[in-house]
Amino acid sequence: MARLIITYLIGLIFGVGIVLSGMANPAKVLNFFDFAGTWDPSLLLVMVTALVVTFIGYRLVLGRPAPVFERRFALPTGSQIDRSLVLGSATFGIGWGLSGFCPGGLLPVISTTKTEVLLFTAAMLGGIFLARRARRALASPQPQAA
Amino acid sequence: MITGFTPLAAIAGGALIGLASVLLMATLGRILGATGILAGVFTPANRSDLDWRLALLAGMMTAPFLWLAFTGALPAIDVPVSRTSMLIGGLLVGIGVTFGSGCTSGHGVCGMARLSPRSIVATVTFMAFTALTVFVMRHIIGG
Repeated sequence: MARLIITYLIGLIFGVGIVLSGMANPAKVLNFFDFAGTWDPSLLLVMVTALVVTFIGYRLVLGRPAPVFERRFALPTGSQIDRSLVLGSATFGIGWGLSGFCPGGLLPVISTTKTEVLLFTAAMLGGIFLARRARRALASPQPQAA
Repeated sequence: MITGFTPLAAIAGGALIGLASVLLMATLGRILGATGILAGVFTPANRSDLDWRLALLAGMMTAPFLWLAFTGALPAIDVPVSRTSMLIGGLLVGIGVTFGSGCTSGHGVCGMARLSPRSIVATVTFMAFTALTVFVMRHIIGG
């Protein structure tokens, strides 16, 4: 139970950080990327601060033998820079630029049930399911021609 | 729509995002990536894997109400684009983060902090395409 309460509080810290930083506000996010127009540099500070804190924190944490509630750290092991990574990231960028929402900016504010937020959420979940099906289809062996 | 430069809120918010990422690694040994956490809810490895994801999401979704309690208003969510843009944008974000295995939190913060080459390539790619898309929508199409 302690594990879940602490995890809940970590989610709350993340959510407050997202809201405070402006990452959940598409107008602010889109202005950060609008260098030729109404540029708002705030998000640069959000990204840099989050990165510096995580960089230092990970150095301290990953030096320990194991996390508090698990037997080992679950770190991504892939190192291949492939087409899926690059095209997927480019597609995500186009979607972020159209809407102003990235998944981390979105998740904490789904609970506001604002119409635009719910529309975006439904479309994003649809995209995740479509992409997962496509990925499975691409990964399964093709039937051989006789 | 003009938004003001808010350096203190940006730094404090960024610090909290970083703190949450470090704490999740320290306790559960996990990357705090919104994409991975959300996607895992639909295909959890087991009951315990589902539990922590739901607890984390519940915590995140409590934030707007904590914000309401302290400030008297829900967080500002100003959407300066059409509903069509939100729908197409959402679909592309969902497809993109699935094939790209991550988003701003997973690749941009956690992966970059680990100096993962995959995350560095992903972050540079999506930031560039986001800026390009905003430029095209606002200054070429929108004019």
